[in-house]
Amino acid sequence: MGKYLLRRFAVNLILVAVAASLAYLLAASSLHPRANFAGRNPAPAVEVVDAALDDANINDKTPLLQRYGTWAAGVVHGDFGKTWEGGSVNDEMGRRIGVSLRLLFIGTVLGSALGVMVGAWAAIRQYRVSDRVIGVSSFVIMAIPVFVVATMLMIGVVGLNRAAGSTLIEYTGEYNPTLTGLDQLANRLNHLILPTISLCLGQIAYYSRIQRNMMLDVLGQDFVRTAMAKGLRRRTALFKHALRTALIPAATYFAFAFGTLLTGATFTEKIFGWHGMGAWLVDSIYTNDVNSVAAVNLFAAVCILIAGFLSDVIVAALDPRVRVS
Amino acid sequence: MSLLEVKDLTVTFAGGIEAVRGVSYEVSRGEVLGIVGESGSGKSVTSLAVMGLLPENAQVSGSVKLHGRELLGMREDDLIKVRGKAISMIFQDPLSAFTPVYTIGDQIAEAVRVHQRIGKDKAARQAVELLDLVGIPHPDVRARSFPHEFSGGMRQRAMIAMAIANDPDLLICDEPTTALDVTIQAQVLEVLKTAQRETGAGIVMITHDLGVVAGMADRVLVMYAGRPVEQGPVDDIYYRPRMPYTMGLLASIPRIDGEEGPLVPIEGSPPSPRALPPGCPFAPRCPMKVDACDDEEPDLTAVGGGRQVACIRSREIEDKGLTGADVFPVPVIPADELVRVPRAERSTVLELDGLVRHYPLMKGSVFKRRVGTVYAVDGISFDIAEGETLALVGESGCGKTTTLQQIMQLEAPQDGRVVVLGKDSANLDRSARKALRRDLQIVFQDPMAALDPRMPVGDIIAEPLRAHGFPDRVDELLELVGLSPADAGRYPQHFSGGQRQRIGIARALALEPKLLVLDEPVSALDVSIQAGVINLLDSLKARLGLSYLFVAHDLAVVRHLADRVAVMYLGRIAEIGTVENVYDRPAHPYTQALLSAIPLPDPAMERSRKRILLEGDLPSPADPPSGCRFRTRCPLFARLPESQRRRCVEEEPSVVRQARDHGAACHYAEEIEVITASDDQEEK
Repeated sequence: MGKYLLRRFAVNLILVAVAASLAYLLAASSLHPRANFAGRNPAPAVEVVDAALDDANINDKTPLLQRYGTWAAGVVHGDFGKTWEGGSVNDEMGRRIGVSLRLLFIGTVLGSALGVMVGAWAAIRQYRVSDRVIGVSSFVIMAIPVFVVATMLMIGVVGLNRAAGSTLIEYTGEYNPTLTGLDQLANRLNHLILPTISLCLGQIAYYSRIQRNMMLDVLGQDFVRTAMAKGLRRRTALFKHALRTALIPAATYFAFAFGTLLTGATFTEKIFGWHGMGAWLVDSIYTNDVNSVAAVNLFAAVCILIAGFLSDVIVAALDPRVRVS
Repeated sequence: MSLLEVKDLTVTFAGGIEAVRGVSYEVSRGEVLGIVGESGSGKSVTSLAVMGLLPENAQVSGSVKLHGRELLGMREDDLIKVRGKAISMIFQDPLSAFTPVYTIGDQIAEAVRVHQRIGKDKAARQAVELLDLVGIPHPDVRARSFPHEFSGGMRQRAMIAMAIANDPDLLICDEPTTALDVTIQAQVLEVLKTAQRETGAGIVMITHDLGVVAGMADRVLVMYAGRPVEQGPVDDIYYRPRMPYTMGLLASIPRIDGEEGPLVPIEGSPPSPRALPPGCPFAPRCPMKVDACDDEEPDLTAVGGGRQVACIRSREIEDKGLTGADVFPVPVIPADELVRVPRAERSTVLELDGLVRHYPLMKGSVFKRRVGTVYAVDGISFDIAEGETLALVGESGCGKTTTLQQIMQLEAPQDGRVVVLGKDSANLDRSARKALRRDLQIVFQDPMAALDPRMPVGDIIAEPLRAHGFPDRVDELLELVGLSPADAGRYPQHFSGGQRQRIGIARALALEPKLLVLDEPVSALDVSIQAGVINLLDSLKARLGLSYLFVAHDLAVVRHLADRVAVMYLGRIAEIGTVENVYDRPAHPYTQALLSAIPLPDPAMERSRKRILLEGDLPSPADPPSGCRFRTRCPLFARLPESQRRRCVEEEPSVVRQARDHGAACHYAEEIEVITASDDQEEK
């Protein structure tokens, strides 16, 4: 079992390297940081521009593979290079990574937990009104892109705040820097509400659909009947025997769901004015900031592969059949 | 007062489908009631209704009283105190009946703790004791195993352990041995009898196997189309049935002690619960039907001696002493011309010489490496003469299906030779292989899965004809297998199981093959339907001069259909010879155990029969025992002195001739009789 996970981890590490390299090569060949200097008045001398670009290892006069080599050597030593303006990518990432992880962590945990519960409940109430309502809502939510959901939530909250006459729910930024202590914490939590909801909704919808199907497969199985024949209550049998077994396939979807969550987080951060990794990606693409784009992509690759690894761990923990062989 | 009293139990599913239409029965303490019927007769639904385990869309009415207390309509809070405590249930498929993610020990301990206020470790110890009681070796270790690590027989034992955990008053067994091999079935039935002795419980035994019921039950209830049609003491039902359906059922079962010759089929198939015929539901299939049968459905009426029958002509049947063989028309099967030619003078259609098929056992996801070998087929030889039926029998995992696939592939085997109609499969080129396929056709086990559901039957049968450029003769083929040419436009789902199997046979016959491979052709069918298909196969063989290679696990069917039989065990042939030789004078201990394990549909014989019970399960074909593969379970080996055992451990026996056309692969082969001859079965 330990060996199995170790092997999976090694494979994941290789995948991260491949994903990050491809992302760098794509960013370095399609973004043109030189254009950032072109519009300046007075136009800087070519030597000055070259020097600035060389400093950040983003000069298009250097061969792509050579730039890649320099970048990769830096990354291996934990140095993600410089932004096009000469700042440290590492420092910028340090500031932003916590912001994003906070959103992603809460989004994943709440999204999957609530999604599984909603799905399992819908399965038990198959074809009843509640099941149908959940089904239709899930599909509606899945059909609406995250940025529309986020904007609609924001409009709703603005209306609510106006009706209440005070700011009940914060709808922009991460926190209010003027507050301190417990007030600051409460304020931070308040700021989390809307972004979390907009991130979670899609996750809940997605997980609920999967979990409902898995649960329905299991509900008809003989072992649920056996559990009830033993004298367990229907509720206990469903929870302890059916749901526990139906969780296994849902856990394998964990890695896939995380991908959509990451994409969603990009929009959510941008819309709610959070200075996280997603917002940074969008900004860096605007400013042709090759190294920042590559760094964000590396972060995304690591996140997705950690999610994949976690999903392996969860499956192994849930399913004795995987553990034994 | 009886333990369980079921009265007028009716179960209606959504859409007004009446699955059970008024079932009444009683079970006393220590009594075994057998409920018999074919699939769809409502026997399982009845028992689930008693347990209150039917899905919510089922409407249950009538009365179910346990110790005089009404169970129907009981609140869940009270019902959970009854389930698993006073009534326990044993389900058919022990694989799906255990939750895959918990250990066997935990699941049994859970059953204990639901009803008894004891600590976790005490419950765990009790689980181990229960596993020991049902004969699971090393119960303390096995309790920590997960269900998928148990074999089928072991799981069913564990299921029984769980059912008797709280010393129930009533055990409901729903087809408890249907999914098991015969030798394992014999073991499990033995455990059930032990369990009954230990608990003194009443048992409701639901099964389609009349042999199992004969050995277990005190009383029998026969169900048809959701209703009981006959009820009474087991001997009365078996020796003096009064309802034509029961009579037909008993007459249609092939028996291992039976005579050769046609079986008695019940024409037609059971009615759909959506469209029941007016009057008696069995009337459309009944040879004794009179006009009055269509007027109204006869009630189950007491006829004395604790018997109840639902037939308006039951008195007449009683007075005339009619049996199934008297009433049901027995088809005349033409004699086979070829049989008169001595076997040695007939040409050989299939010859297997030392056939070997090993599968590598691989490990690893990216870098596969070989960690072992599965010895699926490990050197088997036999031949089939023209016009002959050879049956390949054995329990699951013995290599019958692999053998069959090797033959059908028509390619060079890993070792040994496959010679079909004089042509060695190793020397065939593409066109010769295609040409040879015409002469070698197959009929599959599951008639539903073997037919494309989106193709009309006519196209299904015409497909081989088109592939080989033969003229269309679909109508003729349909008539050959007893269907009408008008059926050609219909789809497989419009046919019953037996009819679908006939379609499969028609397709196999389309190219006028010389050798037909039959892979368990009747094991998915109900007994009353099975007899018709067996008779069809028998008559086709005689009319068309076919040879059959017949793969089966049901030795009774084999006795009826086959001329010669080869018994396989772990990839080797244990015994081979003519059916008479092997069945009447089995020489290999495995054949003897196999034959003695088969229950006979004859209560008196079942009661007096001595079984040779095998220990344990089939060893893994990846790790067969040294020397004789059967020695780990062999009752003969266990009796041998140490000096003689050495030979079994060190030397692998090969098939040695016992008599003319009879050979056994045993160093100490000794012919004994295990099926008591019973030619007085009808007169009783």
